[in-house]
Amino acid sequence: MRIVPFLLSSIATAALVVGLNTQLPLGGSKSPRLGYFLSPQQGFWQNAEATNQSYSENLNIKGIKSKVDVFIDERLVPHIYAENDLDAYYVQGFLHAKFRLWQMEFQTYVAGGRLSEILGEERLPLDRFFRRIGMVYGAEQTMERMNKNPLMKATVDAYANGVNAYIKTLKPDQIPFEYKLLDYQPEQWTPVKTYLFLMFMAYDLTARGATTDLKMTNTKNYLGYEAFDKLFPNIQDSLDPIIPQSTIFAKPSLNPIIPKDIDSIYLNKTNNSSEAIAPLIPNKNNGSNNWAVAGSKTASGKPILCNDPHLGLNLPSLWYEVQINTPTHNTYGASFPGSPAVIIGFNDSIAWGVTNATRDVIDYYDIKFKDTTMDEYWFNGEWKKAAHRIETIKIKGKPNLEELIAVTDFGPVMYDRSFKNASTEGKYLAIKWTANTAGNGLQTFYQLNRAKNITDYQNAIDTWTCPGQNFVFASKSGDIAIKQQGAFIARWKRQGDFIMPGTDSTYDWQGIIPNNENPMIVNPARGFVSSANQMPTDSTYPYYLGAATNFPLFRGIIINRKLAAMNGITAKDMQQMQMDNYNVFAEMARPVLLKYIDEKLLNVNEQRYVSILKKWNLKQDIAEQGATIFNAVWDSLSQEIFQDDFQKAKQPISWPDDATLLQSLLKDSAYAFADNINTKNKVETIQDDILLAVKKAATHLQQLEKADKLNWADVKDTRVNHLLKIPALSRLHLPIGGGKTCINATTDVHGPSWRMIVHLTDEIEAYGVYPGGQNGNPGSRFYDNFIDSWAAGIYYRLLFLNKQDAEKHEKIKWHITFING
Amino acid sequence: MKLITAIFLTTFLAFAIGLFTFLPWWSFVFTSFIVAVAIHQKPGIAFLAGFSGLFILWTLLAVLKDTANEHILSTKVAHLFPLGGSYLLLILITGLLGGLVSGLAALTGSNFRKTSNK
Repeated sequence: MRIVPFLLSSIATAALVVGLNTQLPLGGSKSPRLGYFLSPQQGFWQNAEATNQSYSENLNIKGIKSKVDVFIDERLVPHIYAENDLDAYYVQGFLHAKFRLWQMEFQTYVAGGRLSEILGEERLPLDRFFRRIGMVYGAEQTMERMNKNPLMKATVDAYANGVNAYIKTLKPDQIPFEYKLLDYQPEQWTPVKTYLFLMFMAYDLTARGATTDLKMTNTKNYLGYEAFDKLFPNIQDSLDPIIPQSTIFAKPSLNPIIPKDIDSIYLNKTNNSSEAIAPLIPNKNNGSNNWAVAGSKTASGKPILCNDPHLGLNLPSLWYEVQINTPTHNTYGASFPGSPAVIIGFNDSIAWGVTNATRDVIDYYDIKFKDTTMDEYWFNGEWKKAAHRIETIKIKGKPNLEELIAVTDFGPVMYDRSFKNASTEGKYLAIKWTANTAGNGLQTFYQLNRAKNITDYQNAIDTWTCPGQNFVFASKSGDIAIKQQGAFIARWKRQGDFIMPGTDSTYDWQGIIPNNENPMIVNPARGFVSSANQMPTDSTYPYYLGAATNFPLFRGIIINRKLAAMNGITAKDMQQMQMDNYNVFAEMARPVLLKYIDEKLLNVNEQRYVSILKKWNLKQDIAEQGATIFNAVWDSLSQEIFQDDFQKAKQPISWPDDATLLQSLLKDSAYAFADNINTKNKVETIQDDILLAVKKAATHLQQLEKADKLNWADVKDTRVNHLLKIPALSRLHLPIGGGKTCINATTDVHGPSWRMIVHLTDEIEAYGVYPGGQNGNPGSRFYDNFIDSWAAGIYYRLLFLNKQDAEKHEKIKWHITFING
Repeated sequence: MKLITAIFLTTFLAFAIGLFTFLPWWSFVFTSFIVAVAIHQKPGIAFLAGFSGLFILWTLLAVLKDTANEHILSTKVAHLFPLGGSYLLLILITGLLGGLVSGLAALTGSNFRKTSNK
């Protein structure tokens, strides 16, 4: 009689278990398996780390030669003391995994085009994009080359072994939070993942060209070359380059030959064609500031080096602080979870930092295939065989996708019949990129970690290829230097700014500029060196640097102005300077706006905004309303001037730079683009455009004011997003000023990702802070504990300790011992 | 007394089997079932025992973790779900969910015993 209730309750139990054990659709993504996720013995509750958690332990681990001591300070920064280098990198790998495993693996899923594997089919376009641009190919090339260097191979292997040693200790209930949320498992770490991660950095810092070259081609074809050249000129009037103006450069050793048919085939002032947009475009503001001041300008008489790389702001942070101490070196700084060694930092003798060179090292070639099989392509008057590369993309819940990529002499064919968009339709575009052609990976940083003087620094950076960087240097012995280093192509003017013909070798790269001709200065008379992604030199440098619009102009001007004026500099002064919110662009642009505004034509409200703008102190501080008004008016003006000229473009186009518009307004009171081409009977002047811009901006500003959001920080709305863009795991609405043309280049989701100041006194005095925390676990109090300090411009004194001091230092809270066994 | 014993055993065995973290999270279905078979009670009472056993266990474990964590993670998850950031609600849901699965398993156990006895 009870069989029916028994069956019913069995079925109900089973159904509930199955329901709670299944990922259900939730918005655009999927829910976790609820029963698993909420289970206190297995699910997310296990990641709720006790706030008084001890990190001390004794670990018996296979794979190290001697005992390694790790002292962890109150900010959760590990200080690694090892008796040999490989043990140190093994432990660095272990610690990266212990605190950042999900992130370091996820980043390589992105770079390697594997997101569909964990997140499903929606991520397929991004995966295909990364496969086709050659991320895996490039990582393999670099690894192959680095494996020929036994020291680098051993280093990357030791690091991987350390990561895997940690993964092996990981019990199922202890895997990081995000694995439980997305429902997948950590896998083994391999050396190629380190190279994939470095490929991602190369992509982020050099691959804007993958988008801009297409847009620039569209823009040129749409406007014609003459008008294009006016809107995207190669001269910046107010440039203050990295290498001081009027420096004399040696004659170039390479003189690239301009193809004869450049006017008709390449710059084609007549015909029309088309291009595309990348699904993940590197941010234009990916850049940075770095500078070093000589002892002659500091209060102590010793150099100070500063660096703040501007990158996308994410949680967990891209950076992880670490000190590595072995018999060969004693180094502190910011490291990349995913890679051994310190990337930006200092040691007992020197300090170094980097900013992006922003040179163009990525080009498209238009390939002519015999047919759609892509077996043969036309090159130098004959059919040439193309290689075929097949990459398998796994897709969650779906069959694998076999991605066929043709490979030509130029490089992989990124766009073809199967992968295309409005801009590349009907074309086969091969990509040529220095990151794909076997860089040197980590060797430069490995050597910088150990550098003792300026010669070591030069030797270390000499092998660096991609992404091109401005390496700044300072030493205890008093030297300062900066060099723009990378594999830079010896280009003829405008080479590679647009898609190039790929049917013969005349448009191919003709050589890499020799290292000794890359811009460098050592101990200049002015007592400082600096870079802020501006053009490295003035126009007397004998090589074409790429389109001027690739290079941000303004931060360099204000940095050099300030440094030139400062004397008796202290570390505190440098902190204030990194946090400086003065907008030098507004300093130049505001007078132009005000000159053309006729206040009689404005209503009371508009006049009120203009009067706030007039009184504004030019600082983009948190509560400044003038900053909001200035930016709104300027953006409206840019729209007013160019919108009509571009509105009929069918393909994505490049918008002219603020710097270009300002330059034109400063010198040309009858600016041709000011006319609205849609009004037939009237020729608009700059004055008309500015009047309209003020009126339109005022409408917008009034709405902001009603919502009580006219303060600059409210409008800018800086946030640090979790890598999965989940608001609950992110930090939103941060109180911080700045902007893209300020030294404090903080925008909405982008900005100083690590601020470092190193004073090279006998006992090094260093400060640093980054917007994140050392522990990647959202359930840890160390997940985001630096963010408030970072926003407020508060720095931490970096503990740079020898082992004896570390053992008894008051700020050392925990001790991990690694014993071979 | 039978009820108290059943609840205690359900809690204890679910905790014990949960220590084997390579087993699925729902392994307590079997222990709750066995308890209901071994300590036979009317279906309603058996459900109550099964439910209470896991409700107590999961709530207690969650509260312990959450208190030590000072609600850092639970608040985030309670925004994610979304429960308005209320960690109390999240703990309650955790307990209810475990309780419901276990209660149904115990109900099945009670019904099974009657089936076999027939």
